[in-house]
Order: sequence, then C-alpha cells, then structure tokens
Amino acid sequence: MSVLEREASVGMTPEHIRSQRLPLVVNIGIGVLALVLSAVLVLSTGIGNWVLVVVLGVVLYLVGLLAAATRVEGRRSARNRLWRSLVYAACVLAVLPLASVVWTLVSKGAARFDGDFFLTSMNNIGARDENGGAYHAIVGTLEQVGIAALLAIPLGVLGAIYLVEYGRGKFALTVRFFVDVMTGIPSIVAGLFVLAFWVLIVSPWFNNGVPRFSGFAAALALTVLMLPTIVRSTEEMLRLVPGPLREGAYALGVPQWKTILRVVLPTALPGIITGIMLAIARAAGETAPVLLVAGGAPFINFDPFLGNQSSLALFVYQQAGDASKYAQPRAWTAALTLVALVLILTIAAKLLARRNRLSR
Amino acid sequence: MGDYPSRSVDTDAGGPGATDGRDWAAGSGVSPSSPGHPPLGGGGALPKKSRFSTESGFRALSTAAGAMVLVIIVAIAIFLVSKAMPALQENTENFLTYKRWFPNDANPNFGIAALAFGTVLSSVLALLMAVPVALGIALFLSHYAPKRLATPLGFTIDLLAAVPSVVFGLWGRDVLLSPVRDFSEWLNKYFGWIPLFGGNGPFGRSVLLGSLVLAIMVLPIITSLSREVFQQTPGMNEEAALALGATKWEMIRTAVLPYGRPGVIAAVMLGLGRALGETIALALTLSATFDISFNLIESGGNTIAANIANTFAEANDTGRGALIASGLVLFAITLVVNMAARVIIYRRREFRDNAA
Repeated sequence: MSVLEREASVGMTPEHIRSQRLPLVVNIGIGVLALVLSAVLVLSTGIGNWVLVVVLGVVLYLVGLLAAATRVEGRRSARNRLWRSLVYAACVLAVLPLASVVWTLVSKGAARFDGDFFLTSMNNIGARDENGGAYHAIVGTLEQVGIAALLAIPLGVLGAIYLVEYGRGKFALTVRFFVDVMTGIPSIVAGLFVLAFWVLIVSPWFNNGVPRFSGFAAALALTVLMLPTIVRSTEEMLRLVPGPLREGAYALGVPQWKTILRVVLPTALPGIITGIMLAIARAAGETAPVLLVAGGAPFINFDPFLGNQSSLALFVYQQAGDASKYAQPRAWTAALTLVALVLILTIAAKLLARRNRLSR
Repeated sequence: MGDYPSRSVDTDAGGPGATDGRDWAAGSGVSPSSPGHPPLGGGGALPKKSRFSTESGFRALSTAAGAMVLVIIVAIAIFLVSKAMPALQENTENFLTYKRWFPNDANPNFGIAALAFGTVLSSVLALLMAVPVALGIALFLSHYAPKRLATPLGFTIDLLAAVPSVVFGLWGRDVLLSPVRDFSEWLNKYFGWIPLFGGNGPFGRSVLLGSLVLAIMVLPIITSLSREVFQQTPGMNEEAALALGATKWEMIRTAVLPYGRPGVIAAVMLGLGRALGETIALALTLSATFDISFNLIESGGNTIAANIANTFAEANDTGRGALIASGLVLFAITLVVNMAARVIIYRRREFRDNAA
C-alpha cells in the first residue's frame, strides 16, 4: 500500500515511474557496519569467537538491509531482497561441506597413497605396523560389484522392457509402484534380508549345516539395491525411444522381440549405460550390507563363493574403528580411493548422458 | 539422478507406439489370400499363432523379470519375519516398549523403544536442517542462478549424492566433531536452561553431530527432486504473476511454490526415508546409548540401523534374530514413508497430465 500511496502523491514523471533503488554502496556499507558491530558486540562481551562474529554479522546485515531497503524501495521490494539473500546464503552453506569433504579427503588421504597401499593386504598387520594396504578390499569390491552387476543388469533391463513394451493394466502399475518404493529400501535391510535368506538358510546346505559369509552374499545384497535403480533409469530411456522407430520395424514385419533387441535397445543404449554406471557407483560405496553378509577379512580372498571377503567401504569402516594410530591414515586413503572410484564412474556416466541423442 | 520419475513418464498411456499382441503379425509379409479362406483384410494367410515362439518366450522372460521386484519385496518381509520370530519368542520383555538391548543374555531382554525414538529424532532433526537449505538451493538453481552457474552447481550437488555414506561418517567423526563440540559447549553455557541443550557433558558425539551429517547426506536428494518440480512450473503462471507487478519473490511465492508443493512434500518424504535407513554414518558419529532423551548435545543417541551395524559382530543366534526383528521394524517404517511419498508423486503426475 505504501508504494501506491507514495506513487499517488507525486506526479507520474519519468523519474517516478521507476521506483528508487538502494545504491550498491549503501548495501556494502550495511555489510561492513554489521560485521564491525557484531565483532565489537561479540568480542567485547567474550561470548564467542570469530564464527559467532560471522553468523551474527550476517544476521545483522540481513536485518539492516531489510530496514534500509524498506525505507528506500518499499516493503515488497525489501522482502524480495531479503529472500534473494537467503537463497544465495543457502547455496554457500551447501557448498561448504562438500569443499570440506574434498579437502579433508585429499589432505588426509595423500599420506598413504602409495604403492604399498595398493599392493598389500592387511594380513599379519598388527597394531604397531605402519604399512598394510587395501589390495584385498579392492579385489573384494571389484568382485562383489561385478557379480552384482552381472545379476542386476539383465534382470533390470528385462524388467524395464516389461514395463515399457509389454506391461499393461493393474499388474504393471503395481510393479512400477513397487520399483519406486524399492529404491527407498535402506541398504541395511537389504543386508539383513540376504543374511536371513542366503547366509542363514541357503549357505548351510553347501557347508555341512554351518552358515557361511561370502562375497557372493554381499553381491546378492548389492543386487537388491541396484535392481530398482537400473529398472527406473532404463525405463525412462526406453520411453524416450520414438514410437515411429518401433512402428517402422513392425511395418517391415519384424517381430516385437526382435524390434526391442535390435531397434529399441540400441537406440536407448547410451542412456541405459549411464543409469547402470550410476547404479554401480552407488553400490560400490555401500558398507552396511557387506558388513552383515561378507564378514570382512584381512587377507586376500579371490573366491567370492568361499570364505569371508572385505570391500573398500567395509575396509574404511573397520580401519576407522581401529585403535592403532596407523589405522586412521589407512582409512582416509581407502576413503579417497573409494570416492575416486565412485566419482570417476559418476562423472563418466554424466558425460556419457550428455552425448546421448535421446535427451529429454 | 536417474531414479526419479520424470515428466516423460505417463503411466496409463504406455510407451509411445508400443502395442501388444504383435506376435501374430510376425514374418510372412503380404501374401495373396489363399482360396477357401475369406480375405480378412489381407491377413488371412498369416501364419497361425504358435504356442511356443521366441516372442512369447521373450515376453514371459521380461514379465518374470518385472515380477521379480514384487517377489523380492515379499521375500524380504517373509525371511525377516521367519528369522525374527524365534528371537521375539525368547524375549522376556516387551519388544516395542522396552528400552534396553541385551539379546545375548541367558534370558534375552531387548526392546526397540529407545532405538526407534533415536531414529525418528535424528531423522526429523536432519530434515529440519536440510529442508530449508535444500529448497533454497533448488530455487537458486531453478530461478535465481544464471545458466552458466546453475549447470555446474547442479552437477556438484548430484556428485554430493554419490559420495558413499561411510566417507561422510568418517568426515563427520574426524573433522566435524571438534567444531560441533565447541558449539555444543557454547550452547550449553548460554542456553543450558533449555532442556534440549542441558546436561553436564561430555559433548560432541551427539544427536546434533549425527543429524548434521545426515542433513548433508539427504540434502542432494531433496534438492534435485524439488529443483525438477520448480523448473516445471508453467511459464505462463510465472509471467502472469510478473505481469501483475509481482516482485520475483512474490512470483515464486504465488506461482512456483504452490505448484511445487506436492513435489516438495514427496521429496522431503524420500529424504526422510533415506535418513531413517542411514547406517554407517550414524554408527560412526553417534555414541550408542539406550536412553530416551531429548538432549541434543550430550554424547549419546542411537538408531535402529546404527545399532545393527554396531552390535552385529558380537551377536549370537538370538542376538541376530533380535537385530533382524529391529530391521523388520525399520523396513516397515521406510516402506510406509516411501509408499506415501510415491502416492503423492503419482497423484501429482495425474494432475499434471490432465492440466497439460
């Protein structure tokens, strides 16, 4: 209302059509003033350190800006300014932890990033030994994720084909709904499921009635986690394949299964691979299911079906809980390796997605 | 984030151009209709539908793969129940209301009350911290940032989602711990009269630290889904608001936020589902106590998932059964939360398709 009243009291000359703006100098001045005021307040009373100075300074700046802008530009414009500042602040707030994670990973992980780390295992490494490495864990991660991918990719792609090409009616809707729901299943529950199903019930059949941890069990749990992700991303890609392509194939007398395998899938392939790589990246970072069903082992075990296995994520977790002073650098280097692996997969997937001809 | 439903998906209309029942048209091409049969639109001479063809085999295979999802979900419930029942029968206390966790004793006594409380408390606290920031970033990416900045920033947020939880847990424990401890002591000194910040220490490995780490982890999920919804706001609504003289914020408040509300609610619930099930990050940052306390800054706190990771190694048969029973409760909670979120998203999609 205040704006309208002020507009009404003055003539509609060109200078008055545009409302007055808060000059940038005033804006910066308020900022400096707020920071100084907060520093004086905080440091003189001794209630906090520089963090509180910054936080209080930002709050004072926002209040001051709101007051000044309300005076010069009116209430609505002042609110607009306030919310814009808050949105920008949210962004800064979100980038901070990521920067901190990356910085810590590199600075703490570089210490043990050497050949020894990648070529030795933790076998016979005691609390006083400073060497030791993650070779066994890398082997475990690669095998478990590889088996999980072998199981989940065909199942997931076929499931997506069902949803897009064949699925009709209530049943298909139900399947779609539960694929979505399944993406939200906690990884620990998947681990418990495989523990109850494979480790405690099925594996005793092959092992004289004694339950046995194995890398394969971990792969099964990762399969449960990867499957819905692959189905969803593949489904989205298949739906992007233009209808006329299919109709062209049908018109030439190609049966539907051949159309799907020869026309639809190759067209959607880059997108499908992107989705699969993202799913693999996510699975490689899972700790909880591996902890529950693979058991973890300090030695190198190439056989995923026989005996305990470790994985990179589990290695990080175990070393983080280790009391040895040499364990923490190992944990950070393993974390750096894991993040590098996951990020390379993710970034490659996203770059591949960018080259995709079928974009939304 | 490939696992979120996109605007291109229409549930009822099916895939573009895909029709069923094509198998009878396979092969053969156009052939003259044979005598004795009435010419049925040129298709009279098409080969008979064979009972076992590649086509029906492929269809059955893909249907089975689709049904596999339902099988897995049902199997999870069945196997968890079957392994949890024996332990629950040996339990000497009420599983739902007892606070302690001693399933490995000679007469096992364990209950989920404190764990369930801790799970909900840390998740809700994490959402309280993450949602405003996530919505701010989503708005920044969809409406404030120039495109040159929005693309790399959105990419960075997506990368944040890919970082494994164990890394966040390690970071929270080694890096975030000391600032949080200082902050907790400060809170306790000046705001100790509020029960949330009371207590005599030690501080640090508290619900506050755990939920801060959780908040950072659910942030990308909420951000990317809300951003997608905000970007879908019809341009005409936005332009209409601006044409009526709205400032940018007023435009967002009157056009973007109401349009995006169901999507935002769904995003928050998906984030809640993720937070409830998060294991390793919390196992590394909380200090695993079995109390029901609203104190946020004293060392303590525990969740169902973190408890499974912490106590699994020394669990005997009953102990395992007890952990599986607690996992069953977690499964049920996350299933309900996720289903509610998906129902909201599905409804929203119908609305959008009709409006389009």
